[in-house]
Amino acid sequence: MSQELDHAEQQRGGFSSRKVFILAAIGSAVGLGNIWRFPYVAYENGGGAFILPYLIALLTAGLPFLLLDYGLGHRYRGSAPLSFRRAHRAAEGLGWWQVGICFVIAVYYAAVIAWAARYAMFSFDKAWGDDPEGFLFGSYLQAGDPGVGLDFVSGVTVPLVLVWVAVLAMMVLGVQKGIGIASTIFIPILFVAFITLVVVALTLDGAATGLDALFSPDWSALTETSVWIAAYGQIFFSLSVGFGIMITYASYVGRRSDMTGSGLVVGFANSGFELLAGIGVFAALGFMATAAGVGVDEVATDGLGLAFIAFPAIINEAPAGALIGILFFGSLVVAGVTSLVSVIEVVISAVRDKFELTRVAASLAVGVPAALLSIVLLGTTTGVYVLDIVDHFINRFGILLVAVASMLALAWVFRRTGLLRDHLNRNGSVQLGRTWEVLISVVAPAALVFILVNELVDNLQVPYEGYPTWMLNTLGWGLAGAVLVLGFVAARLPWRETTPLEDPETIVTQDERSS
Amino acid sequence: MSAAAVVMMLIAMAVLWGGLAVAIWNISRFRGEEPGSVQRDL
Repeated sequence: MSQELDHAEQQRGGFSSRKVFILAAIGSAVGLGNIWRFPYVAYENGGGAFILPYLIALLTAGLPFLLLDYGLGHRYRGSAPLSFRRAHRAAEGLGWWQVGICFVIAVYYAAVIAWAARYAMFSFDKAWGDDPEGFLFGSYLQAGDPGVGLDFVSGVTVPLVLVWVAVLAMMVLGVQKGIGIASTIFIPILFVAFITLVVVALTLDGAATGLDALFSPDWSALTETSVWIAAYGQIFFSLSVGFGIMITYASYVGRRSDMTGSGLVVGFANSGFELLAGIGVFAALGFMATAAGVGVDEVATDGLGLAFIAFPAIINEAPAGALIGILFFGSLVVAGVTSLVSVIEVVISAVRDKFELTRVAASLAVGVPAALLSIVLLGTTTGVYVLDIVDHFINRFGILLVAVASMLALAWVFRRTGLLRDHLNRNGSVQLGRTWEVLISVVAPAALVFILVNELVDNLQVPYEGYPTWMLNTLGWGLAGAVLVLGFVAARLPWRETTPLEDPETIVTQDERSS
Repeated sequence: MSAAAVVMMLIAMAVLWGGLAVAIWNISRFRGEEPGSVQRDL
């Protein structure tokens, strides 16, 4: 039995060392949100005072949840569906639900990377001119009325195809030769590029004004519930926890690796990068505000507005603007690609485990349909609306919901937290106590349920961004519901007879005793 | 920058970047066991 398990693991592939795993996990966690979401969330929620709820959220929810994912994937040594299946027969649907969510995210996430890649090229000649907003929605995206159309935009479609070709090449190469080697190359490049960007931004006139706006503490904000919600939300969305990525990656690490120590490095590297992003972004925004003679509050923004409208405006005015543009958009591309690779790996790994496909076959079976959907839905004049709606709903009623459901199920229904704690402690440099179980079964779920209920009420009361109801019902609520239903339908498909479905640790222990 | 902003920036750096440094130091002194036979992709 143990031989079957070893054979199955060799077929799946794995990271060559703990260092490669850590770099890959950092690559997954550090994504677009670190660069364009954290700085504004911190600024809007107490500035310097935000560090307190942020740190508490990291220690009481982010890191404990990250270690739960690590424990699940590392003990049960499978993709999300296989790990949940090995944890409990009735839990497999949770894994497929996560797989469905990852497929959806991959489809639209690639488009943002394609935009960033194009904007890196635009930085050379500042193609957006004096009106970056008009250029983004007009000349570049050629955005029409909200809907779903098939008028392709070559400026989006071509880089989108290239992004998918690059990602599929990495996926075909496999866990170590593809994801592992890409991470060991890209993550140092990302850190060096972003540190350079921060240094350049700090030399701009008005940088101190931006940093003052970001770090001036508003202690009264700590009494507001919304600030604590923002802190827990930022930590949760930033760490890539709860939707299968860390389960999948942890299953590729050697059986006796130190997972708790690795988790601390990944968690603090992710948050450390967010702080770096905050300094770089607000130094640049301070320059922009000073140049325009307005307050930082008038230029501060996040998301697409920060990346594709505010930064082009900064690049227009700043000395060495082209360098800033290449470093900023290049960082977005690298951070995005290493995250996209991890998202699509969740799906490929699950398909490989369930259908026992080769690496190449599974990569193409997953990647080609995802790429085609991505090009058809996002490479058009309506792509920006599709992206906006799908991203909004799948984050809240996909990722957040499945994270809460899986955490509560593991803690209260299947009661696996004690087992996973023992597993993590066996080779962990940092020992988890009973407190970890309390955090993972009570504190973190409570915080996330609170956020989820708030989001549910908000979205039911006010239709998101005033989009047509049919779009919200299909691309929003409908898609979020569909991945849930399809996940539990997929769980009813039988496994191959050769796939061991027992707890791998139990099999290994039994074999050691019998020999 | 105001003094309060400078202090908060330094605290954030000390906590997050210091936390990262301590975490890296921790795993570097506790090597655990690397995978003996790497499960290479076949």
